[in-house]
Amino acid sequence: MLYREAGDFKTSYVADSQTFPIKFDRIRYYIVVAIAFGVVPFLINDYWANAVFVPFLIYAIAAIGLNILTGYCGQVSLGTGGFMAVGAYACYKLMTAMPDVPFVIHVALAGFITAGVGVLFGLPSLRIKGFYLAVATLAAQFFLVWLFNKVPWFYNYSASGQITAPERMMFGIAVTGAGTPAWAKYLFCLIILFALAWLARNLTRGSVGRRWMAIRDMDIAAEIIGVNPLTAKLSAFAVSSFYIGIAGALFFSVYLGAVEVGEAFGIQKSFLVLFMIIIGGLGSIFGSFAGAAFLVLLPVLLKNILVGQFGWATDLAAHIELMIVGGLIIFFLIVEPHGLNQLWRVAKEKLRLWPFPH
Amino acid sequence: MKKALAALAAATMLMTSMPASADLIVPNLSYRTGPYAPGGIPYADGFNDYFTLLNQRDGGIGGEKVVIRECETAYNTEKGVECYEATKGGGALVYNPLSTGITYQLIPKTAADGIPLYTPGYGRTSAANGKVFEWVFNYPSNYWDAASVAIRYLLNENKGDLKGKKIALVYHNSAYGKEPIRTLTELSKKHGFTLVQVPVDHPGQEQKSQWLQIRREKPDYVVMWGWGVMNAVAIQEAANINYPMKNFIGVWWSGSENDVLPAGMGADGYKSLAMHGTGMDYPVYQDIKKYVIDAGKASGAGDQVGSVLYSRGMYAALVISEAIRKAQAISGKAAITAADLRNGFEQLEITEARMAELGLPKFGQPFKATCADHGGPGAALIQQWDAKAKKWSLVTDFIAPDDDVLTPLIMEDSAAYAKENNIAERCK
Amino acid sequence: MPETVFYALEVMLNGLMAGIMYALVALGFVLIFKASGIFNYAQGVLALFAALTLVGIMEGQVPFAHLINAIFGTSFHTFGFKVPALVAILITAAIMTLLAVLVERYILKHLVNQEPIILFMATIGLAYFLEGFGDVMWGSDLKSLDVGLPKGIDETIESLTSDWFGYGFFIDRLDIVAAIVAALLVAALTLFSQYSKQGRALRAVADDHQAALSVGISLRFIWVLVWSIAGIVALVAGIMWGSKSGVQFSLSLIALKALPVLMLGGFTSIPGAIVGGLIIGMGEKLFEFLIGPLVGGATENWFAYVLALVFLVFRPQGLFGERIIERV
Repeated sequence: MLYREAGDFKTSYVADSQTFPIKFDRIRYYIVVAIAFGVVPFLINDYWANAVFVPFLIYAIAAIGLNILTGYCGQVSLGTGGFMAVGAYACYKLMTAMPDVPFVIHVALAGFITAGVGVLFGLPSLRIKGFYLAVATLAAQFFLVWLFNKVPWFYNYSASGQITAPERMMFGIAVTGAGTPAWAKYLFCLIILFALAWLARNLTRGSVGRRWMAIRDMDIAAEIIGVNPLTAKLSAFAVSSFYIGIAGALFFSVYLGAVEVGEAFGIQKSFLVLFMIIIGGLGSIFGSFAGAAFLVLLPVLLKNILVGQFGWATDLAAHIELMIVGGLIIFFLIVEPHGLNQLWRVAKEKLRLWPFPH
Repeated sequence: MKKALAALAAATMLMTSMPASADLIVPNLSYRTGPYAPGGIPYADGFNDYFTLLNQRDGGIGGEKVVIRECETAYNTEKGVECYEATKGGGALVYNPLSTGITYQLIPKTAADGIPLYTPGYGRTSAANGKVFEWVFNYPSNYWDAASVAIRYLLNENKGDLKGKKIALVYHNSAYGKEPIRTLTELSKKHGFTLVQVPVDHPGQEQKSQWLQIRREKPDYVVMWGWGVMNAVAIQEAANINYPMKNFIGVWWSGSENDVLPAGMGADGYKSLAMHGTGMDYPVYQDIKKYVIDAGKASGAGDQVGSVLYSRGMYAALVISEAIRKAQAISGKAAITAADLRNGFEQLEITEARMAELGLPKFGQPFKATCADHGGPGAALIQQWDAKAKKWSLVTDFIAPDDDVLTPLIMEDSAAYAKENNIAERCK
Repeated sequence: MPETVFYALEVMLNGLMAGIMYALVALGFVLIFKASGIFNYAQGVLALFAALTLVGIMEGQVPFAHLINAIFGTSFHTFGFKVPALVAILITAAIMTLLAVLVERYILKHLVNQEPIILFMATIGLAYFLEGFGDVMWGSDLKSLDVGLPKGIDETIESLTSDWFGYGFFIDRLDIVAAIVAALLVAALTLFSQYSKQGRALRAVADDHQAALSVGISLRFIWVLVWSIAGIVALVAGIMWGSKSGVQFSLSLIALKALPVLMLGGFTSIPGAIVGGLIIGMGEKLFEFLIGPLVGGATENWFAYVLALVFLVFRPQGLFGERIIERV
């Protein structure tokens, strides 16, 4: 009834090509944004920020980044962990070398540095295709982790190779370091995510995004109709790595505060982010959010239920938690093979026809 | 929807987890799953069982029951953060995460929240400097002590002279494994031996090239800094190349039953450092059997009692319980706070007489903490594996580390931390 | 410096041996990919699960002991008897076959005709599930696995070579066994797929699903067949690796060592897996020997991928992969 195009007349081209053409969607979107910015910061505490929201927001940035590369441009990448490490270490070196520059500039610069590294490792994509391309990004993954572990310059010659984020202020409020208030952490990540998600959404529906999708759907055909595969593929690598680099910088500085490259940015991280976008839905911004939510929030939720509510032994709960996550992935697949995003889309289609489906 | 559910669950969790305010809450960030579970399980069991013993036998500490709040980290820093945030409310007294990575994260966080962090034998070595690290305690021994003790032991074996000898360090290629490198480099300058560094990547399932290298270079001694499956594979490979096991010394995290059993008879004669005594010949085990195991209150499967890592978990619990006692004595109340406990840690003294009284004579070294010294004397024992009898036996008494070399290193590293984080020195 | 030459030779030989161990893991991936186009992420966990089950049966452990004890307050741990290795291996193989039937019935059957990425995702779910299930069933502590395989340096080779060249070569007896087992396994698989009825059906399915279906080959049966073979291959890999390091979670990470092998050899070729394994094993060990000391060591993990990358730049479909034909 409420959810349909009918009766919602557009009077300009701008209005016609907006992101949410349906009024109900627009309102829902404004409400979500209003709650995220206006309500959550006042209610949030340390547990919610550090264990739930901040990791969710940061993984969502990484997932959007990988979705641009894999979902929109069709280039499989298993180097996400390595590229996040580039962002984190770039951010650390910048933070310690130039303490007076505003922190948000460090984060942006870390993104650009990662974009450069990403383009470099994206070069083999011009020759190698499909699943075999994963080898190039896997080489990046293992090489970068090895590099940051091996060269003491990257961790400022500290004894163990751990990097620790010093305290940095934005507008007089700490955003990194142990003294950061929960709401500042949350809001800082939220603003960056909001800006990046907005950018990604608009990039992917513009001409750049259409070039990426043409390459994904069939690269030879795309080349014939005049899409340059060199610029299209490398720009996807650059933009994707930029996002992932920012996610890595935030992951290190705002979320964890201290990281060790092999543990925090190992191959498991690459797989985790890839799982997020596959589960959420390839080629969809909403899917990136849904996938990140599924794999970040669900384990925390299950743990709290099993250990907190039922009082099970922690190890038993951890094992059962894995079984439930695995079981749910399979269940969702059988119900809807194209990810959570497709479920959402089907729900919207149903809503559009409701209450008169015939 | 999912978020709402999570909210509901966590909110109810927070509510239900609010303890009766009089209890002493000790969180136990353990790992019983993941790649390092074989090390985490016995440690957590020993830790829990000792507090269960105190509750069952003595009715707690100073009349207050101890409540253990266990949380699974899987040796993963992100889960470690989640666990820390989930348990820190509700009067958590002290953290002991058994992971160097999680320790590094908790150092600034615990300082901000005012909760002591106790990391015996792991974590950040320079936290021994209490002037900079107010809330962290790592006595009785730390990594750099261990490196120095290993070299001291070899010096003793060689009549005080290691000149021209070659010592290989096989290490886990991570923050933890890299800890001893600086100390060993300094010591190699001082004593004139050559140090060969042999890194092994996580998880360490495949170490063929490393051990072929050792076979070629024929070092006189091999020192190992490993954890998890890496230990077992290294010992197996050393046995394969017929490396003399008596010249192979692991740090205390490379010296549990899990590490030597898979290699069978090949591991016979392997040595490792130890922070504490080994085996079940201590009176406390009779009490543990009586009050904990036979009463059906054992943590986990109850099959780890008496193993090396079980004793280590028990030892950590013992030190914490003694610190709680001390804090109760200082503050004059039984229900202490985390800040009281910090004072307790800082003024803690454990003598040999006290250890005997607790049923663990000649188990750990006596030590006394001060405002500036959070690191203890740092001595360690050497234990050796007897594959036929399947047990460890101690082959030396406590060996003291070389403080002339270590103190400047600790000062340098902690000063760097203080500078990065604008910390003013205490204890003037 | 003839010594260096001997060292290099020794490193190469051992690299080849390590390569065979990688190939054992890679074989499982290839089998499933060839027959159904699925990249089976769960292969490593499958090896772990097989090895856990084998040890559990040999030691007479009570499955789900922890769960049962937690619910009913009992304290079971073992049945109190041991099962001989051979019998235990047979029982485990049967369990892996049963697992294959279950996977087909509850997962694959519902996902016929879906895209490869979706089937890949299903195996992710399976990997999560099996990891938790294996731990609940057998516990997550370390178990040592001893099925009586020889271990340690082969003295005969060492003394022979030291007589001939003046330098005794090191070869691990376990590696020799692994090489023999791998050879037998490949021979058996080749014979099976060339000369048996089911094997021919399997090849037909690998060639063309639709055509195979239309001549009356049951796709579901083939899937069960190929997953059980992959399960048994995983068991073999689990035994080999588990004998060395004991059985616990880390065993599932050996799948990572198989990835560059697959990329190099091609996902669809059994000889590719073997040759890829040999090249990767030898290449990474030799690089670590020659260049490693200059850059600080621990280069093996990334060099394996760089090596695979170099080969792929010249042959984008892998050494033995099927030629990629692109049409618009």
